[in-house]
Amino acid sequence: MTAQFLYGGAGMILFALGLWSFLVHEPLLRKLIALNIMGGGVFHLLIAIAERGDQPPDPVPHALVLTGIVVAVSATALALAMGRRLEDDGRD
Amino acid sequence: MGVIDWLALAVIVPLIGALAVTALPSRVRGLGLFAACATAVIALRVTLEVWQAALLRSDLGGWGAPLGLALQADGLSAALLAMTALVGLAISISATGYFRNDDQSRHFWPLWLLLWAALNGLLLAADLFNLYVTLELVGLTAAALGALTGTRAAVAANLRYLLVGLLGSISYLLGVALLYTAYGTLDMTLLAEAMQPGPVSGSALVLMVGGLALKAAIFPLHFWLPPAHANAPAPVSAVLSALVVKAAFYLILRLWLDVFAPVVTPVASDLLGILGALAVLWGSWRALRAERLKLLAAYSTVAQIGYLCLFFPLLQATPEGTPRDDLMAALVLMALTHGFAKAGLFLAAGLVQQSAGHDRIADLGGTAQHLPATTFTIALAGTALIGLPPSGSFIGKWFLLSSAVATGQWWWIPVIMAGTLLAAAYVFRVLGRAFNLEPTPRVFVTQARTEVPALLLALTSVAVLGLVASPLWRLLGLEGGP
Repeated sequence: MTAQFLYGGAGMILFALGLWSFLVHEPLLRKLIALNIMGGGVFHLLIAIAERGDQPPDPVPHALVLTGIVVAVSATALALAMGRRLEDDGRD
Repeated sequence: MGVIDWLALAVIVPLIGALAVTALPSRVRGLGLFAACATAVIALRVTLEVWQAALLRSDLGGWGAPLGLALQADGLSAALLAMTALVGLAISISATGYFRNDDQSRHFWPLWLLLWAALNGLLLAADLFNLYVTLELVGLTAAALGALTGTRAAVAANLRYLLVGLLGSISYLLGVALLYTAYGTLDMTLLAEAMQPGPVSGSALVLMVGGLALKAAIFPLHFWLPPAHANAPAPVSAVLSALVVKAAFYLILRLWLDVFAPVVTPVASDLLGILGALAVLWGSWRALRAERLKLLAAYSTVAQIGYLCLFFPLLQATPEGTPRDDLMAALVLMALTHGFAKAGLFLAAGLVQQSAGHDRIADLGGTAQHLPATTFTIALAGTALIGLPPSGSFIGKWFLLSSAVATGQWWWIPVIMAGTLLAAAYVFRVLGRAFNLEPTPRVFVTQARTEVPALLLALTSVAVLGLVASPLWRLLGLEGGP
């Protein structure tokens, strides 16, 4: 139970830190990293709530985390591609 | 349900269409248009079935809740599904004329069909996690579509839209995680039955609605919308304003009225109403001051979303029964009317921009002579935005006003009046410019393929939704009617 709380609590702290960093920092890369840290925080929480003591862990949150990772990767890739386009334009 | 699962088809067909146009780029227009027609027919078929059966549910792969993922259509989702189908079809037809450049066409169609699949998925999803995935898909494809022109302004505005959207969906996802912690299910029907007021449910409500408010551009979280919508190509602006923003709002409505009903307090509803009132005033004012036609349309979207938010405190104060049903149907009617009107307006603005080379309102002189059908479209869409009879938003505002009187919340009335006056001012400002050259036009329609869909959309918002509104009450399964 303590491990579960530690893990879930750490997830919430990561979410808050990421949110702060996203709002405060201007550069695109820092915003993207902040978003990914926020996502990591939510995944931490989901993994923590999957634990069910002696029983095997609840598979539903695990499935959510896997899907969430795929979504986060594609979103980051699209944002990076658009950011790169802006940078290339700036150089011309 | 029968042998064919129409609900699943409504998501699969546009998805297959998107793959097909990606695989065969040489036939992108024909295939794309075919997929669009098929999707529209299927969506209308689903609406028809809901009309007859009130509720459709399909457990995909035979796995029921809580483990499986289900698709579900009730009156609310069917009404929005039908709007998406009709607006999407008109936009598709208009896009075949708008994107004459093959390169742009090849980029537009796959993204647009993907977006359509995601929208249908969002409207039909029955559990919160499916909603998260479709919400992200909508956000990703919408941002990519918005940046289609590749200009610096468009990419910058849509990158901001993408980041804001990602922040919104992460916040939504944390809310979902909290709900799963507390209730152990993600199915909306099961959650609504189990929901208890408490700190966890309260935080989940704030996180989810806050995240969605970013995506639905509810004041003061609307800052990303005007540049993103105004810099996109016209058919894309139409999709973004009419459908994408509406999808996020649909989800807020669903959560607020169904899932979180025991948690929502009058103070929270009042807060949404106040934000809506500010959006009406600020959005209409900025639309009046806008220098470009598409920017005007984008700010008017901010104001129209504000009207939809005004319904929340009134719904909260109205007990179950016919008056509440009327109010609910009026809310959906206003959302539908705005969808059709704004799509028509953006398509018309795109034509003005293409034919004149710009969309500066001050230099629109002679538009009525060069593009009479387009000017007529702008006038019709304007009628619906103002809320003049016989448009659907007239009925919507009528119920809004009468319910504000009935519940004693008179302070919303001046807001609605001021918003309506400002809307009249910004619409007539455009029309006044458009009509200021002499000779009478000879032909009404100049480019049938792009002008007619826009005209039909605007006409639907005024004539069809206004004069034949009562079937909507039946589709939503509600008592009463205009």
